[in-house]
Amino acid sequence: MSDAFITVSDLSTHLGSDTRPIRAVDGISFEIKKGETFALLGESGCGKSMTALSLMRLLPVSGRIMSGEVRFRSQDLLKLSEAEMRGVRGGGMTMIFQEPMTSLNPVLTIGEQISEALRVHLGETGTTAREHVLDLLDAVRIPDPGKRIHEYPHQLSGGMKQRVMIAIALAGQPDLLIADEPTTALDVTIQAQVLDLMQQLQQQRGMAIFLITHDLGVVAEMADHIAVMYAGQIVEQAERETFFSNPSHPYSRKLFESLPTMAKRDQALYVIKGFVPSLQGRFEGCRFAPRCDHAMTVCHERPPTWHVAGRRQVLCHLYTRGEDVTRLNEPPITSTPVGCFSQTERESEPLLQVRALQVHFPIEAGLFKRTVGHVRAVDGVDMAIRNGRTLALVGESGCGKTTVGKSILQLIRPTGGSVRFDGAELTRLSHSELRRRRSDFQIIFQDPYSSMNPRMLVGDIVAEGMKVQSAGDTADKRRERVERQLQRVGISARSVARYPHEFSGGQRQRISIARALAVEPKLIICDEPTSALDVSVQAQILNLLQELQKEFGISYLFITHNMSVVSYIADEIAIMYLGRIVERGTVRDVLRSPQHPYTQALLSAVPTLDPEAQREVIRLQGDIPSPSNPPTGCYFHPRCPKSMDICRQRYPRRSPVNEHHYVDCHLYTVDEPNPVGIKS
Amino acid sequence: MLFLFWTDVLIFLLVGMVLIFVLYARRREHLRAPWREVGRSGVAMGSLVVLVFYVAIGLLDSIHFRPALSPNEDNGQVKYANEIVSVFDWLVTPLKIREEKTYSAPFAAFLYTKETVELPDGRQRRQFPRLKYGASHLTDPETEKTTDIVTTGMLAAVKGLLVWGVLCTVVIAALGKWKHQALRSVLGQMRAGQTTVRWRSMLYTLGVLVVLSFVAADLSMKYHILGTDKVGENVFYQALKSIRTGLVIGTLTTLIMLPFAVLLGLMAGYFRGWVDDVIQYLYTTLSSIPGVLLIAAAVLILQVYLDNHADEFSSVSERADLRLLFLCLILGVTSWTSLCRYLRGETLKLREVDYIQAATALGVRHFTILTRHILPNVMHIVLITVVLDFSALVLAEAVLSYVQIGVDPTMNSWGNMINSARLEMAREPIVWWSLFSAFIFMFSLVLAANLFSDALRDAFDPRLRQQR
Amino acid sequence: MIAYIVRRLLYAMPILIGVNLLTFVLFFVVNTPDDIARSQLGDRRVTVQAIDTWKRSHGYHKPMIYNGNAQGFGKLTDTVFFQKSLRLFAFDFGRSDSGRDIGYDIGQRMWPSLAIAVPTLVVGILVNITFGLLIAFFRGTYIDFWGVVTCVILLSVSSLFYIIGGQYLLSKLFHLVPISGYDTGVNAFKFLLLPVVVGVVSGIGSGTRWYRTLFLEEIGKDYVRTARAKGLSEQRVLFRHVLRNALIPLLTGIVVVLPLLFMGSLIVESFFGVPGLGSYTIDGIQRQDFAIVRSMVFLGSVLYIIGLLLTDISYTLVDPRVRLQ
Repeated sequence: MSDAFITVSDLSTHLGSDTRPIRAVDGISFEIKKGETFALLGESGCGKSMTALSLMRLLPVSGRIMSGEVRFRSQDLLKLSEAEMRGVRGGGMTMIFQEPMTSLNPVLTIGEQISEALRVHLGETGTTAREHVLDLLDAVRIPDPGKRIHEYPHQLSGGMKQRVMIAIALAGQPDLLIADEPTTALDVTIQAQVLDLMQQLQQQRGMAIFLITHDLGVVAEMADHIAVMYAGQIVEQAERETFFSNPSHPYSRKLFESLPTMAKRDQALYVIKGFVPSLQGRFEGCRFAPRCDHAMTVCHERPPTWHVAGRRQVLCHLYTRGEDVTRLNEPPITSTPVGCFSQTERESEPLLQVRALQVHFPIEAGLFKRTVGHVRAVDGVDMAIRNGRTLALVGESGCGKTTVGKSILQLIRPTGGSVRFDGAELTRLSHSELRRRRSDFQIIFQDPYSSMNPRMLVGDIVAEGMKVQSAGDTADKRRERVERQLQRVGISARSVARYPHEFSGGQRQRISIARALAVEPKLIICDEPTSALDVSVQAQILNLLQELQKEFGISYLFITHNMSVVSYIADEIAIMYLGRIVERGTVRDVLRSPQHPYTQALLSAVPTLDPEAQREVIRLQGDIPSPSNPPTGCYFHPRCPKSMDICRQRYPRRSPVNEHHYVDCHLYTVDEPNPVGIKS
Repeated sequence: MLFLFWTDVLIFLLVGMVLIFVLYARRREHLRAPWREVGRSGVAMGSLVVLVFYVAIGLLDSIHFRPALSPNEDNGQVKYANEIVSVFDWLVTPLKIREEKTYSAPFAAFLYTKETVELPDGRQRRQFPRLKYGASHLTDPETEKTTDIVTTGMLAAVKGLLVWGVLCTVVIAALGKWKHQALRSVLGQMRAGQTTVRWRSMLYTLGVLVVLSFVAADLSMKYHILGTDKVGENVFYQALKSIRTGLVIGTLTTLIMLPFAVLLGLMAGYFRGWVDDVIQYLYTTLSSIPGVLLIAAAVLILQVYLDNHADEFSSVSERADLRLLFLCLILGVTSWTSLCRYLRGETLKLREVDYIQAATALGVRHFTILTRHILPNVMHIVLITVVLDFSALVLAEAVLSYVQIGVDPTMNSWGNMINSARLEMAREPIVWWSLFSAFIFMFSLVLAANLFSDALRDAFDPRLRQQR
Repeated sequence: MIAYIVRRLLYAMPILIGVNLLTFVLFFVVNTPDDIARSQLGDRRVTVQAIDTWKRSHGYHKPMIYNGNAQGFGKLTDTVFFQKSLRLFAFDFGRSDSGRDIGYDIGQRMWPSLAIAVPTLVVGILVNITFGLLIAFFRGTYIDFWGVVTCVILLSVSSLFYIIGGQYLLSKLFHLVPISGYDTGVNAFKFLLLPVVVGVVSGIGSGTRWYRTLFLEEIGKDYVRTARAKGLSEQRVLFRHVLRNALIPLLTGIVVVLPLLFMGSLIVESFFGVPGLGSYTIDGIQRQDFAIVRSMVFLGSVLYIIGLLLTDISYTLVDPRVRLQ
């Protein structure tokens, strides 16, 4: 096409040794048109970041571009000298990265870091540069730029830092902005702000955006054109509407199908079998064939060729052979519904009852380290979980949700409140009494890489809890039980003699689950168990958790920030903001008719898959305040679009919306007399 | 009659511990993997051969005994000499007993200083007298010496090469048998450097060492290859004897300090609170005293003690050994603090890691968490520190001995060699051989240790590995 | 900030008391004052009277820690421990066992020590940073490889050989500078040159390698990629971004040794015959003068603690992320 201003053809990038290179990017071609957003979608390790770094020629030391052409402004970037390339970087095209926390130089002020780019590309210095920096900070909607210009990165929040990154990127007035997972490290409300900012800037400046992401929601929100990457190759390219209305490649379809949603609640999720292949090997046929449900003989024998149909290109044998592609739509997997509240359960005493839970960390200062204040990580949390149910605890980072989990388990001793578990008051148990009860409540962590001791065998890891909790067992009996547990979570029994690093992230998460299951707990606290995993693996883990709940009647406290996971797995939900729960109720109630302004904003910020849906994003101002110095009155009032006078004065009481749905907000407080002197 | 010095006991204890560790590590993949990485490094494996060579000499020099004197006529009882010698002394007896009067240069046939000699006709003349042992087999050293050195050396080198050839064949045959491969293919892989362990560089280094040993041994029978010192002692012998001293300082010091550093570091990091406060106070106090001064003070004290209790020791060498041990002890006291601080920091980080939290959630006891979860995950730090410290300690010994707060002046050590040679710097022609010998022996040991520890650190510290 | 410094100084007290107690125990519990007197008097068979006279004249005749005979505070102050150790807190070093005023000697001998230590440190840092940056700039090339190999070789040589080699080459062979000695004023220069050169050269191996590691660690960080993505040149990335960040550990590593420069270098000073604190200490050690050794131990600890404090303060100056509380 003539309006393409960057054309990548047959780009190949290798990493690692010459003898056994990792073919991170293996002959990909695409083009980006002026002013459009081109999204490269793929799971971790598929080579999408390496593609971006290849365009910028910023590969790590072990990386090298083997072949291909990157035509940009009628030059082949790969043939430019390093000095010429520097003019392109930051000038013609520019890049922002996933981790705003580490991507800014900690010892230079943000003003210096932005003006540096101005100096290189526009030759601006002194007051001109300063004015320009202020303009840029203003353009990326940083409040009070005159003050911020002298601040250091650590004084800014994550969202602010990413805005500064964007400001740096804009400084050279680029035609193309490469954004590598720009919002993955950010909270959903901040993500909404940043995505919105990027869209606006794109419209104002007419620059193209090359967006790299794993998040279908972000793609739906942002992209004009989409390319799906799998194992170093692009497997499908299409316009947004075409792609979302009918994804063609079996892999693309699987990605959609494995997304958890409320609609899929009562069934198991689709999963992609097997693993992403190693990019060190050579491929005979289609790279996806071993995992594909529709694989034919030819798929294993010959690599597929591009099939172009209108605004869509697919790299799949199904299409080139003219198969009837409609048969890709499989019937949904049915399974027994998880079921709704039954009368008996409602009456029974909850398994876990948390009242006014507090975790305050002292802040010390002064000559004799007096305690001058407290970080109120958890500040009066009430919740209850019944047998065999799942409560989702939802909130943004820093709201204290992980601390709630750990303090329920007494891994962090609470400073106040009560945790009643199965008739026992955990906060008052002695060390040894607590140790004996620990088999009843277990935890699964977010990061599958740090949750297992790298120097222990899988068998020993799973057996560790058994040894402590049922000391009488013989070694043989224990080994048998370990193997049974591993098989239960879908790991081969032979794995007992292997080390954690030999397993993938999803498999490790399964082993973690086996370790928790081994002591037969009644409650498992799942602390973001799937947020470090790819969508397809996430589906496997969620399915497993569902099955286990059905089989053993385990209760879950599911700590997460991911609304689609919540809508799929949870029975009840509690929304947490700055150490307190602001709204709780059944998932259907809260997600369908959120009452608290924060819940409403949170839900509206989640990108939706349906590109046609016109949703109104409620924009929150600013960032989450520090828990060491929470605002007076309602903690949410400084960011609340509906804040009233009373919100600044007093923390709201709990008001029932219905039998199972409560909200802490002055909007809903009824028949409460106004305090003297306050107009409502 | 076998005689055990304190340091001998500790050395063999250490050897035993290393063997146990090797047996333990063989079965554990996470321990074997980094070692395999070390094995792939040619430089590291070459250095290892050099280190093993030194250690072998050191170990031979650590088995002491009192030689039996000729049986007494009266009662047939075997009497033992007062002097304590080591197996190594016994092996190199010729080096030890062939003493000259004073200085002589390497390969010299004449003494360094002139002496008044009475000529056969009764006149007296000042001249350089012939050495008693060095080149004494030659009638006219001026003309014969060079040829003799070259031929002896070449002959010895050929012998060495033959022995090396036999050794290589044995190694290759053993490897072939172990891997069930033909000898030819083993040889091919080895020469191409494709084996998992770099046998090629190991065998080459071994070859150099074997040939050098043969040449040195054969020449030593006729010459003082590194000269003699002030009292006529063979410098080559001194340098070889110093190996044990260097190794003892380099290893026993860490052996002594490790239990403290590991135990206290882990406890401070894991329990925090007042335990941490006490331990932090302890190591801050100790590390605030300049190390050299603490060592100086301690050695001074020991010297006074030894002077006042001289009669408690049966021999000079026993005294010297105690001083050596004490030096290791005090060096250990000054060097455990940094490792302790490092381990404390690591433990503080580790105790918040998910798998420790998971273990706590399972109800695992503190002691088990410390030994099963934390200790194995800081072991690589301990190992790296031990190896890195080794060369630093060997170097420190020389400096301390120079300041006269090191090993006993009667003990053979590179520091003492340098110290005594330094006094002769001003002489003309310069007496350089003691310095030279100490330099060569120390340098090759420290260089080998440094190269090896570099490879070890790269293999064990994943953070550094990523940068490559 | 002020509160922080005051608190740190208060924390220093127990540490200094600990240091004193330790040296005290080391000196007087392992060997009684009688033993010391005997070895000072040099004769095995000295009379009890001679020992008593020696002890009295050197103040070792009092009880060790607690004096039951004295009155009031005297019970604690009229003791060897108080007289010999706690007085040091007022920097009252007393007299050496040979009778000289230690405080005066320290004041005199401090300057030659500084005259060698400061130039060695400054030149050494500059040289090491230059080499470190150079090697980091050429990372992954043969220059890097051979640079590191050279460093390892250099640091495998004992510092004694650097001194001996330097003396031999520069003084004995080329007669450029005197072998040893010291002078005041401008004349000091020719005496200082050799020790400084030797000091710098002997530090190159370890210094350069350590700086290279620091630089490479920084180069691997994300913000460097951002800087490159801006289109900055490699030199600018190195000097403005990498060096600025690597300076933090580098500078603080230097600050901690700054106060200890006063103490001088034992070996260099004694080899080159410089009348500094280092050679003073060595003399004290070799003469077995406990008073001097004890004073130097105390001084060293005080300077070390000051160094730690300065390190913390320097962090706040160079690293915007650190604030003292």
